[in-house]
Amino acid sequence: MNNILRLTARCLQSGHHRASQSHAWARLMCSTAGIQKNLEEMVKKDKVVVFMKGTPAQPLCGFSNAVVQILRMHGVDAYASYNVLDDQDIRQGIKTFSNWPTIPQVFFNGEFVGGCDILLQMHQSGDLVEELQKLGIRSALLDKEKES
Amino acid sequence: MLPTANNCLRRFSQTLTTCRPLMNHRPHMDPSAIRPIETTVRTKLTQALSPEHLEVINESHMHAVPPGSESHFRVVVVSPRFEGLSLLQRHRLVNDALKEELSSCIHALAIQAKTPQQWSSDPKLGKSPPCMGGSKHDHSMADKLQTGRDSIKN
Repeated sequence: MNNILRLTARCLQSGHHRASQSHAWARLMCSTAGIQKNLEEMVKKDKVVVFMKGTPAQPLCGFSNAVVQILRMHGVDAYASYNVLDDQDIRQGIKTFSNWPTIPQVFFNGEFVGGCDILLQMHQSGDLVEELQKLGIRSALLDKEKES
Repeated sequence: MLPTANNCLRRFSQTLTTCRPLMNHRPHMDPSAIRPIETTVRTKLTQALSPEHLEVINESHMHAVPPGSESHFRVVVVSPRFEGLSLLQRHRLVNDALKEELSSCIHALAIQAKTPQQWSSDPKLGKSPPCMGGSKHDHSMADKLQTGRDSIKN
């Protein structure tokens, strides 16, 4: 991060005729690096983090909604969700951060898990219950099994 | 933008009809010319993963995009290359093969990535969830759809 700033400063000093180009480049570099750093903090701040279109109360995409529904089925209601439609920087940034081209994106303990397809398959195979357990979250489906 | 695209498509299909001699009075259209993205997806996944079974389904009609779009796809890839790989690793292989399309014209890609054994024990095509209209309010969709239409013109 410091190297980027030093390089930026040197570029800015290097020539008046290139000033406007360097300035735009510096702004871009600073904001891109800044966003990546923010995202790193965002995915680590909560046990379960979802980048989606819309909100859990009002998803705006079928695939994002599927993620919300699956988590709800397992009784996971307390998670951080970020609406990428509200912020184009986050929308693009998270794709770069995870090296994953689509939304939704799910993180467990700061680690990228996958999108809707992967979460669905984990749910169907029973792996999701196990992964939630590792996070210290007891899936509601375990209690449902006990009842029946 | 849409009337222009429709005009382009109409001119294109008219050109195809007049250029070829009408032997049986039915215009012979090359499928890859009218579904270029689907063709590219098929080609790239075949080259990258040598699948034993491959399905490429255009699901754009299920979403809030104009008819004839090639923006939303579902793929089923059955390949021995997936042996021993986690779901994430498998999906990343598929994403990497389609990196160019995913950064330009493909907006959504549903993936089923199975080994031959997994597929033979459960050969079921997954079903995409119903659209909730997200693309309608999505400004970046216009660019992606235009990229798709440009590839038809070219």
